[in-house]
Amino acid sequence: MLLNIEPNMKDFDAFYEALIESHRELTTEQSHEMNAKLVLLLANHIGSIDILRDAMRRARVDTVGAGLTALESEN
Amino acid sequence: MNYQTQEFGYRRSGDQDAQTPVHHAAVIVGAGPVGLALAIDLAQRGQRVLVLDDDFRLSTGSRAICFAKRTLEIFDTLGIGDRAVEKGVSWNLGKVFHRNELLYQFNLLPEPAHKRPAFINLQQYYVEGFLNERARELPNIELRWKNRVANIENGASGVTLTIETPDGEYHIIADYCVACDGSRSPIRKLIGEESKGQTFKDRFLIADVKMSAPFPTERWFWFDPPFHPNQSVLLHKQPDDVWRIDFQLGWDVDPEEEKKPERVIPRVKALLGQDTEFSLEWVSVYTFACSRMRTFRFGRLLFAGDSAHGVSPFGARGANSGIQDANNLGWKLDAVLRGAAGDTLIDSYCEEREFAADENIMNSTRSTDFITPKSEVSRLFRDAALSLAKDHPFARRIVNSGRLSLPSAYLDSSLNTMDEDAFEGGVKPGAPALDAPIGRGDVNTWFVSELPSDFATTTLTATQMIECRHANGDIYASYRASPEWIARYNAKPGTTYLFRPDHHVAARWRAYDVKKINKAILRAQGH
Ligand SMILES: Cc1cc2nc3c(=O)[nH]c(=O)nc-3n(C[C@H](O)[C@H](O)[C@H](O)COP(=O)(O)OP(=O)(O)OC[C@H]3O[C@@H](n4cnc5c(N)ncnc54)[C@H](O)[C@@H]3O)c2cc1C
Repeated sequence: MLLNIEPNMKDFDAFYEALIESHRELTTEQSHEMNAKLVLLLANHIGSIDILRDAMRRARVDTVGAGLTALESEN
Repeated sequence: MNYQTQEFGYRRSGDQDAQTPVHHAAVIVGAGPVGLALAIDLAQRGQRVLVLDDDFRLSTGSRAICFAKRTLEIFDTLGIGDRAVEKGVSWNLGKVFHRNELLYQFNLLPEPAHKRPAFINLQQYYVEGFLNERARELPNIELRWKNRVANIENGASGVTLTIETPDGEYHIIADYCVACDGSRSPIRKLIGEESKGQTFKDRFLIADVKMSAPFPTERWFWFDPPFHPNQSVLLHKQPDDVWRIDFQLGWDVDPEEEKKPERVIPRVKALLGQDTEFSLEWVSVYTFACSRMRTFRFGRLLFAGDSAHGVSPFGARGANSGIQDANNLGWKLDAVLRGAAGDTLIDSYCEEREFAADENIMNSTRSTDFITPKSEVSRLFRDAALSLAKDHPFARRIVNSGRLSLPSAYLDSSLNTMDEDAFEGGVKPGAPALDAPIGRGDVNTWFVSELPSDFATTTLTATQMIECRHANGDIYASYRASPEWIARYNAKPGTTYLFRPDHHVAARWRAYDVKKINKAILRAQGH
């Protein structure tokens, strides 16, 4: 099974609002820390290394472009 | 016996007066734990073994302290298991702290009914001392101290060694030479090879401290403790009231400065309390690396132990994996030297132990990357996991203070015969034998200790007896199976396991079938 990239939530606006709200009044450093924790919490919930690898690959490609993805060649 | 001060005299050998280089079947370079273990294994199988060592003492300082269950089972076959366990400190429990708080604890042997504990702690010089004494009981081992291998000519029909001694140089020829000459392996350099991998940019102060302290016999690991902020600390008990303390120091420290008592003592006091009385036994500063040679075989020259592969010590995989190298190579080299197997059987040593080295390197690299994060973001995730771990059970599984040595299962080895019958669990072909209690008459004994040093089959009978046969089919013993044994081997009446001489499973079936067994034995001998 691969990462679901089709819409999978009822209310995206509510989610987005909650996400931004959860970082309210945090310093950038605290936000980074919180995001790291979010990644770990959600990763455990997803529980499938294949899906997580697919998500990491997509996030990386989106960040640095397909040409620079060392991850891709490994997997 | 004080193994730290024991010295071995140099003795001139007849080989030094020979006109032409004297020929030896098996030569081992290095009398460390791996070389000695291999020498004993080969000698017990009837081989004559020559061991050369450039030094005249056992390991200086403690170095390895944690010896794993599988190693202890191999020590049993080498005749030093009881001594090691009697002297050693047995332990199964590890605790991980973050700052002041206990994050979680792990039990490395959660099920009872095994002869040996998950680990013992024992100074490396005891292990070497016991092995050395055992080796000296065997008349077919010759140990030559102050014999330094200075040159090597790796020929197609034999390995010619140039050996330097206090009274000059001499030469010998070996059918097979095994380089157990440690992480800096001069032999590796002499043949122009290297052990390639990754060095971690961090330094660790390793202090062995003598004191009587009330800490339990558990492995305690702290991330960022108040007494050594931002770094990690490991505390572990050894025999003779000696405690091992590892302090992570970071990269930017001067290793020579950090070794000085005036630097070490305050660190130790910060951990133990200002009033605790202790003395420093041994102090050293290390940088760790994970690496291996591209192959462990160059014709008749083989590499085993630290010469072939290196790991960081988090996980205690150095000496433990080296002892398993010896356990894997011993019976194969013996079979080849006796002519019972072709030279290609030795290729399976590379196949199996290079795989094991990769597994050990993977595990200790992961641990070291957690303990010494390579980048800012790696540190961010590390600290996030540590912080979450207190209230989130899943995050405790991410926290990595060392994944402790487990034996490798050679599941894809070409020596295995694949399962053709259905098993629900049990011990898979390629995996090492699992221990369990068994009975012989009124005597309770242990399965792994009773396995012979040659191929053997075990078959469960309808009356719950384990019938043991040599390769030729002769029954040599019959044991009462325990419920634990039956469960661990997923055994039903008829279930037959074929064990290799190193006690790894070669094949298994649901019924005893001579033809299939003979075929599987041939396969496991590399035919
Ligand atoms: C701080 C520390 C902690 C450790 N903790 C653990 C642990 O808890 N558990 C664990 O399993 N491992 C541990 N290790 C690793 C362990 O010490 C090594 O893996 C182990 O010593 C390797 O054994 P060896 O026989 O391959 O090599 P060595 O022990 O290095 O022996 C090599 C021998 O070869 C000899 N030699 C070298 N060159 C020549 C030559 N040219 N001619 C003749 N002889 C030569 C040397 O004198 C030496 O006797 C630790 C290591 C360190 C440094």
